[in-house]
Formats: sequence, structure tokens, C-alpha cells
Amino acid sequence: MSKVNQAEAIEKALSNRARPKKASALSTCLTFSGRMLLKIKYVPEQLFDITAFPVIYLLMFTYLFGGAIAGSTAAYLQFVLPGILVMTVVMITMYTGIELNNDIKKGIFDRFRTLPIWNPSVLVGALMVDLVRYSIASTIMLVLGYILGFRADGGFGGIVLGLLILLLFAFSVSWIWTTLSMIMRSEKSLLAVSMMILFPTTFVSNVFVAPETMPSWLEAFVDVNPISYLVRAVRGFMEGTPDYQAVAWVSVISLGLIVIFGPLTMYLYKRK
Amino acid sequence: MTELNQERWAIEATGLAKHFGENRAVDGVDLKVKKGTIYGVLGPNGAGKTTTIRMLTTLLKPDGGTARVLGYDIVKDADQVRQRISLTGQFASLDEDLSGMENMVMIGRLLGFSRKDAKKRAEELLTAFDLFEAAKRQVKNYSGGMRRRLDIAASIIVSPELLFLDEPTTGLDPRSRNQVWDIIRLLVKAGTTVLLTTQYLDEADQLADRIAVIDHGKVIAEGTSGELKASVGTGKLHVRVFDPEIRAKAAEVLEQTIQTEVQLGTDPLVLTAQVSDTKLVSKALLAFEDANIAITDFSLGQPSLDEVFLTLTGKPADDQTKEEAAE
Repeated sequence: MSKVNQAEAIEKALSNRARPKKASALSTCLTFSGRMLLKIKYVPEQLFDITAFPVIYLLMFTYLFGGAIAGSTAAYLQFVLPGILVMTVVMITMYTGIELNNDIKKGIFDRFRTLPIWNPSVLVGALMVDLVRYSIASTIMLVLGYILGFRADGGFGGIVLGLLILLLFAFSVSWIWTTLSMIMRSEKSLLAVSMMILFPTTFVSNVFVAPETMPSWLEAFVDVNPISYLVRAVRGFMEGTPDYQAVAWVSVISLGLIVIFGPLTMYLYKRK
Repeated sequence: MTELNQERWAIEATGLAKHFGENRAVDGVDLKVKKGTIYGVLGPNGAGKTTTIRMLTTLLKPDGGTARVLGYDIVKDADQVRQRISLTGQFASLDEDLSGMENMVMIGRLLGFSRKDAKKRAEELLTAFDLFEAAKRQVKNYSGGMRRRLDIAASIIVSPELLFLDEPTTGLDPRSRNQVWDIIRLLVKAGTTVLLTTQYLDEADQLADRIAVIDHGKVIAEGTSGELKASVGTGKLHVRVFDPEIRAKAAEVLEQTIQTEVQLGTDPLVLTAQVSDTKLVSKALLAFEDANIAITDFSLGQPSLDEVFLTLTGKPADDQTKEEAAE
């Protein structure tokens, strides 16, 4: 294009001073979700965690512990699948923080922060895509579980309710990681801290064994561990014996996490 | 509303300050930028330019002082400010993982355009900025010049009243740099006020209506480029000899004629001298001829901004290698 034409084109583009109405919070959230989906389009390998983890975890724990704990792998699968599902999804939430920690160092965030938009939408939009990721991971595990012989007595409805409460918790717990990702300066330290929190809370729970088999001091901890409540809730729905007390606790804990860590994340985000 | 729109100043900052621990990155900056002009903030790395911009664009809260941008307080009315400004950061404010088109559509959507309108606007701007062919490529594969152009294009999806450009040409080749300059001039012609930071004196000289020279977080001089140059006083004589062998002799002849100290430039062919009496200069030309010294350039000019900077800070502009403290 010749220089003169280009100057004209730029002038014409500049003369268009259309100023649309401010984008709604929902619309900006969806735009940010779209951004995350485009990233997956360019780097599909990032789906590795949500496809490989469910398969590896389910096979590994079922066949490793099944015989010893429940006498048979088939019986153990029935008990352990909801637990491993919880553990896998909660583990995967950690990557939300790591992705954000990486992302936020980029120049584009300066632009996001100077746009007249509802500020949290950049994070909420990303978390919405994460919910899709968690759903995919859960579906993969449930399908594999079905092939291996897992049958939910709660039926399809039970499975869906179990997934919903799991997704609510996963969404809420993600705000802990977003907060940490604003504080931690490197991906490595963030990973270390996240692991330090996640390993004990997921393993020292009712995921693998019934708490009654543990020493009383450990049982006391397991009983108050939020992961245990979540596992009870999910297991209850899938087995067709809903544990409403656990569901209530999980809901309260989830809301609490959002109320505390949501604003905290945004406070840190604005200062970063 | 009308009252605010009639406001004469795009930016009014008083005593703006930001400290990072012990480091007083910005230490009381006053700025007044008239609407519809290009304002240059000139200073070496680490002078506090980026930190100043980050405060004015609501990215950083000042530790002291106040500033109004287009009539709105940068702390109290941050939202109002954000609706009227655009920032093109020092490091491309783009998503490297997405294509040029995807970036433009995303930002258009965030600004409130419908998907269709965002796409239309993106196409219009990408074409105008000569990026249409590269629209489908990921930004990480763009050259520096393309990236800058896309960055500016993204900043004017909704024509801002005030555009901040943080070192818009750092690292660009001369051709891309000229393109960016042309774009900036067109922006101002279309009514946008531009505040740009630069460490290139030449750039401030070429583009800016007014310049603030900033060093160690303080404005050390302010004015048009002509005023800044005049403040240094005398003009400068610039001589280029034909052969480096004869430079020493030429310096001797020159010193005798104009009776001031002659500096030898780093270029082995160049001599410079501050002169106060221009009559002596014409004599120097004759003296060279008498001494049979061949010269290829002989010019008397206003001092360059480089010299202004040197005079103001007591050191050359590029003498500081401290990293920008705004990280």
C-alpha cells in the first residue's frame, strides 16, 4: 500500500469515533473465556493434565490399593472412584493459579487493567473455562470408571448432582490459587506452596479409606477436612444416599472461600 | 459535562510521587499537557518515565501528589479516566499467543462492540496499519515494527481522547520508526492528545510540541524544544575534516580563530566548539582555507537536545544504565 493511501486509511479509521456502550460484566467474562479457549486452540497440549491425570490416577489407585484395602479391585472401585474424582479435580485447580501467574506478567494485562471493564471478569472468565476443563476431566474418569465396572446407584441424576457440588468447590478453591499467584513471584514457588497445601489435604481425607480405620487424632483431622466433606457429598449423591449435611458444609465453605479470596485476589490484582 | 469537555488541559499533575522502598522512582513530578498536542517526556532509563505513565493511566496508585486526566482525578475517578484513555505500554500490550485479528476483536469486544462490529473495526484498522495480511498470524511471530503498529491500532479501536505511548519506538528499525511517527502525527491531527515517553532526544525533537526532561524522578526542565535549546545558550559549530590526519592541525587553527576550546568528537573526523560570536565563525572558514585544510562539513547549529541534556544533568543522556525501576 502506498504511503498516501495508508495515511488516508488511517485518517478514515480515526475519524470513526464510534463509542459503543460499556460492555456488560457477562459479556467481558465471556470474551475472556474466549481468550482462554483460543489459547487451547493454539496449544492443545495444555489439555494433557485434564486427560492424562484422571486415567493415571484411577488406574493407579484402584489396582494398587484395591486388593489390599477392599479385598478386590471391583469392590474398591465402587468406593474409591468418587474420592479420586474429587482428588483429581481439586489437584487440577492448581494449574489455574500457575497459568495466571504466567499470564499476568505479560503486557496484555496492562491493557486489560486500563480498559473500562468489570475488573474481575478477566479472572472469572478464565475460571469459567476451567469449569469446562474440570467437566472434561470428570467425564473422562467416569467413562473409564464405567468401563472398569463402576456403577452409580444414584443414577445419572446422582452423578450430575455430584459433579455440580464438585465444580462449585473447584471454582471456589481456585480463588486461593489466584490469590497465591498474585503473591508468589515465580511459578516454581507457587507450585511448591500449592503442592504443600494440596497433598496433605487430599490424601489425609476419606478419599482412599474410611476414617474409622485411622488413629483417633488423625480421624479427628480427617473429619473436619473440607475435602472429606466434599467426598462425602459427592459419594452420597453417586451412591444414591445424599448426605445433605455434607452438601451444606461444602456450600458454606465454598461461599466462604469466594468471599474471602475473591476480593483479596482483586485487591492484589489492582496493586500488581 | 460540557464544562469538563472544555477543559484546556489533558493532564494536570502536581507533585506526583511514587516510592518503591528506598527508591524514589518518581519524586514530585509536575506536568501540564494541553489538549490536542504531543507532549514528550524525555529521560534516560530509570528516570521514572514508565512509573509516571503507570500512575497517570491508573495502573499505579501515587504515594503523593495529585493528577487530573481530562478533568478526572486519577484515583477517585479512575473509571472515568479509563474510559477516555488508551495505553500502549513499553512491552507490547498484546496477547502474544493470539493472532493480530483475535487480539483486535477481543479488545473490541471488551470495549463493548458487538462481535460483528468488533470484527469490522478490526479489519478497518488492520488494513489502515498495513497488517491485514498478517492478521491471522500469532503475534509472537510479528516483527518489532508490526507489533508496535498492532499495539497502537489496538489502542485506538475506540478513538481515545488521550493516548499514552511508553517508548513507542524503542528497538525499532528506522523505517518502522518513521511509520510510527507518521501514525502519531495523524493521531494528533485527528484530535487525540498524545503523551509519549522516549529516551531518544531526536524523537522528542521531531514529534513533541512540548518536552519535559525528567531525571531521577524529577522534571529538570520543561518547554518547547526550541526553548530548551535556547536555555543552553550558545550555538554549536560542527566541523568535519576530510582526513583524520589533519584533525589536530584543524583544531589548532580553529582554536586560534574563534578563541574558545575545541572538542574532538569520538568520530575521528569531527571537531565541535561552542561559539558565542558568530562573526568569528566566518573567519574560521577562511582560516581553514589559508591553512590548506580540506573540510567536508562546516555548520553552525542550535545545540542538539543531547547537549541540552548534558548541560542539564551534567552527564550524557546515555550515561545511565540503571534499569527502569517500575518493574
